[in-house]
Amino acid sequence: MKMKINKTTKKNTITYLMLLIAWIVVEVLLRGGHLSNLISGMLVLLCVYSIMAVSLNLTVGILGELSLGHAGFMCIGAFSSAFFTQCFMNTGMNAGLRFFLAIIVGIVVAGLFGLLIGIPVLRLKGDYLAIVTLAFGEIIKNICNVMYVGKDSNGIHFSMKDTASLGLDVDGTVIINGAQGITRTPRQATFTIGVIVLLIALIIVLNLINSRTGRAVMSIRDNRIAAESVGIQVTKYKLLAFAISAAIAGAAGALYAHNTSALMATSAKFGYNMSIMFLVFVVLGGIGNMRGSIIAAVVLTVLPEVLRFADNKRMLIYAIVLIVMMLWNWAPAAKEFRERVKERFGFDGSKAKKAGKEEKKNTKGVA
Amino acid sequence: MRFLSSLINGVSLGSVYAIIALGYTMVYGIAKMLNFAHGDVIMVGAYITFIVMNNAGLPVWLAIILSVIVCTALGIIVEKMAYKPLRNAASPLAVLITAIGVSYLLQNLALLIFGPNTKQFTSVVNFSSIKLFDGKVIIQDETVVNIVLCIIIMICLTLFVNKTKAGQAMLAVSEDKGAAQLMGINVNGTIALTFAIGSGLAAIAGVLMCSAYPTLTPYTGSMPGIKAFVAAVLGGIGSIPGAFLGGILLGVIEILGKTYISTQLGDAIVFSMLIIVLLVKPTGILGKNIQEKV
Amino acid sequence: MKKFNKVIGLSLVMAMLAGTVTACGSSSDNAGQNTQTDSTNDGADVSSDGTAVWKIGGIGPLTGGNAIYGQAAMNGAQIAIDEINAAGGINGYQIVFNPQDDETDNDKSINAYNTLKDWGMQILMGSVTSGCCTAVSDYAVEDNLFLLTPSASSVTSITYDNAFRVCFSDPNQGVGAADYIADNGLATKVAVIYDNSDVYSTGIYDKFAAEAAAKGLEIVSAESFNADNKTDFSVQLAAAKDAGADLVFLPIYYSEASLILAQAASMEYAPTFFGCDGMDGILTMENFDTSLAEGVILLTPFAADATDDLTVKFVSTYQDKFGETPNQFAADGYDAIYIIKAALEKSGATPDMSVSDICEAMKTAMLEITVDGLTGTGITWSADGEPSKAPRAVEIVDGVYKAIQ
Repeated sequence: MKMKINKTTKKNTITYLMLLIAWIVVEVLLRGGHLSNLISGMLVLLCVYSIMAVSLNLTVGILGELSLGHAGFMCIGAFSSAFFTQCFMNTGMNAGLRFFLAIIVGIVVAGLFGLLIGIPVLRLKGDYLAIVTLAFGEIIKNICNVMYVGKDSNGIHFSMKDTASLGLDVDGTVIINGAQGITRTPRQATFTIGVIVLLIALIIVLNLINSRTGRAVMSIRDNRIAAESVGIQVTKYKLLAFAISAAIAGAAGALYAHNTSALMATSAKFGYNMSIMFLVFVVLGGIGNMRGSIIAAVVLTVLPEVLRFADNKRMLIYAIVLIVMMLWNWAPAAKEFRERVKERFGFDGSKAKKAGKEEKKNTKGVA
Repeated sequence: MRFLSSLINGVSLGSVYAIIALGYTMVYGIAKMLNFAHGDVIMVGAYITFIVMNNAGLPVWLAIILSVIVCTALGIIVEKMAYKPLRNAASPLAVLITAIGVSYLLQNLALLIFGPNTKQFTSVVNFSSIKLFDGKVIIQDETVVNIVLCIIIMICLTLFVNKTKAGQAMLAVSEDKGAAQLMGINVNGTIALTFAIGSGLAAIAGVLMCSAYPTLTPYTGSMPGIKAFVAAVLGGIGSIPGAFLGGILLGVIEILGKTYISTQLGDAIVFSMLIIVLLVKPTGILGKNIQEKV
Repeated sequence: MKKFNKVIGLSLVMAMLAGTVTACGSSSDNAGQNTQTDSTNDGADVSSDGTAVWKIGGIGPLTGGNAIYGQAAMNGAQIAIDEINAAGGINGYQIVFNPQDDETDNDKSINAYNTLKDWGMQILMGSVTSGCCTAVSDYAVEDNLFLLTPSASSVTSITYDNAFRVCFSDPNQGVGAADYIADNGLATKVAVIYDNSDVYSTGIYDKFAAEAAAKGLEIVSAESFNADNKTDFSVQLAAAKDAGADLVFLPIYYSEASLILAQAASMEYAPTFFGCDGMDGILTMENFDTSLAEGVILLTPFAADATDDLTVKFVSTYQDKFGETPNQFAADGYDAIYIIKAALEKSGATPDMSVSDICEAMKTAMLEITVDGLTGTGITWSADGEPSKAPRAVEIVDGVYKAIQ
């Protein structure tokens, strides 16, 4: 029992350390001017996608439900925090405080929506649940896309048609401009802030997994009826995990909104394609494996960029690499191959080698 | 009058969704796999037909047959190379993600081979449309053909699954792979056959979809694939008549929602209706309510 | 087992990081030469044999749903560059062009921008789409890099003083369309079908609606579709037909327009269709029945069947090189390069100047030049970056454009 706790704590500490070391290394390279513009420009985005991967992994890996609409929570977090920032832009509020509050706004609003959406969604099972999350993601994206919101001395105006029907005064400004979204939010998100938010998200998730709540959630994932029979309140824990997952996604959205000067609710950025991309990060990195999903998020986001030398065959190569990586990581045949290679090179130490030899002897006897 | 013509338009759109969903539900119901590459096989089928009809100038029926053969072969190859190694993977999500990789692969291959320019598909259906009420309500010839074909395919598939040995094998594999193998069923062959049939149906769906809506690009199949998924779930996972019903219903909801509420919120309305239906009937319209036994 | 995966995973990440970190020049460098690793690019840019060259970068969608437009713009630009290089280059220096894909995604557009910066780009022709251009222009102004967009039409795309535009702006076309319809009495009841997920379409519609109200045009029906549902237009057309509209305004692109025309024909609804520059290209769609487009009026800066020498030469070169007829995006790309040439020649800049100096020189030059191009004659620019082009109206008669201004 004691050994097990230490092992998980050790694993988690290694994850935090890896993240901190990565941050230090990148910061040093950045200060020294050794990072290419491409990578330094992508740093915040990599943090955002890593946080989304962690958030989705909480739902898919720990809660055990397939969510195809997580980009919707990111959308909510992004739009609500950007709207907040734009509203308070010229009111003389301290910029740092405003940014901090904007992130909080993103987290809270997304978490709230997670709760509201979770109530109908978590009643369903399996693929039906997946479809309903996809549906909610698309609904959110659609609504964000056709919203027109403006502000003038009379307050805030809202319309679903066009800017003319907002009825703004001459001194009014349009904050959300339909398909054009929210433009020119100050780009206050930095790599350091991104790493801090990612670290906090990781701490929350990893500690949740190791707590009573986490174990309750995982027991629901493994066998709902058994968990219910033991007295675990299934609905409460499911909602809790889902809402936390949504809130973390909202934080990612808030960071994203403060890193782009044109926040638009396009299909490519907040539609099912993006939700599926996050799912790819989670599955490739290992379902339930937070460290793996962060690595997968970074690798898969950087990959198409470093493949730019391949010109028009770029996305083709990306598709092939994705398929190969999936087969390598998940195919039982590939797993066996890796086991054999490891045994030969003794990666797990002689102990495992001996155990392997024992197993072989035993099976030989049976056969 | 407006309601009637909207309803007809909805059935028209729905018939396209239905024919795509029928191919989708084969793989979905039997191999239990969300095949995200299905929409792109549809696109390949449409392109092959286009090239054969327009560039090679061959007759329509030959083009369709060639397209079905190529797509069936494509389905079998993809299954063997990308899905089969993952069949016994630790999680069913692994095949799903690989399907996404296959989807990107097909889209970008099509982009490289055929270019991004939109091709205008010549409809393979050439009957005259049916006019009712003095021309106020028009039923397109493509719609009639779609629905007739859907019904034929539905009947054939149901007969196949229930009456033939291979079909029964499919049912067995979908229920319990291990037990099926113990019974002497060739699981690999059965699943390969499932993909073959699904891909063949996809080719036909591609031809009919592009006959009804004649623009063809490498990305034409992406959204229909998702709509087929929604339709299949709406009608009940694994149910063949459910896929047909789900498709028609989806089309009707989409058109009626857009007509009477708002076109701007079209997506939001369709998906809201979907959520309401699923909350009332959590296993889809014709889905089986499986009681979990402890 | 997990450890082994960890090692593989880590080494992959390390290798990738190492590769990209030090790859500032190598992997994204198409000209095959070494560049500096810092973010500002001062100093000479040289080709592999040591002579100075102009490095022009291009950003646009080369894959994805808008690949048609991005590829067209880059192709048009490439033709212009080949012509200029053959004639001796700009101010005696050859041009190297580096088109990068952005998949119509703002973040990838910025990645493309940074890749081009690592390559040593001095002038940017891009981004092709409005949203991406808005995002990239924020970075371009920080680096004081000259930006000329061939086709981004939103007002926010060229807010800063280092950014200029080749094509019409959305307000320009929206207002122009409403004025043309009202002034020429083309219709009393107007319906609009627009794409609510597209910056271009909503931008034009917004201004059209405002101007129509000012000019007393009645918009009886305004329905929309989005990028995920652009094949079935029965609802939108039925709404327009039931409202009795005799003109349908289509601020959309030609692929969707072709479907609308076909569906309207099969519903036996025959209003006048009025489009903007996005409609250009409809006649040259492969296998399109041009009789469906009979009577369509559009505002376009470019006509592929025009008989002036410049257009004829461009169209035939494009057909020889790329096997199809160019649309106005290709023409915009072609004109963009010639505009850059004109500005550079006016300012007398050379490639050994810093990016910022080149930008400053071009900014002043842009306000002084007049360019005759494929998409307009006597084009001049004002300090806000807008070209002084008036949209020309053409009507499709017998499958070709006929000027009706």
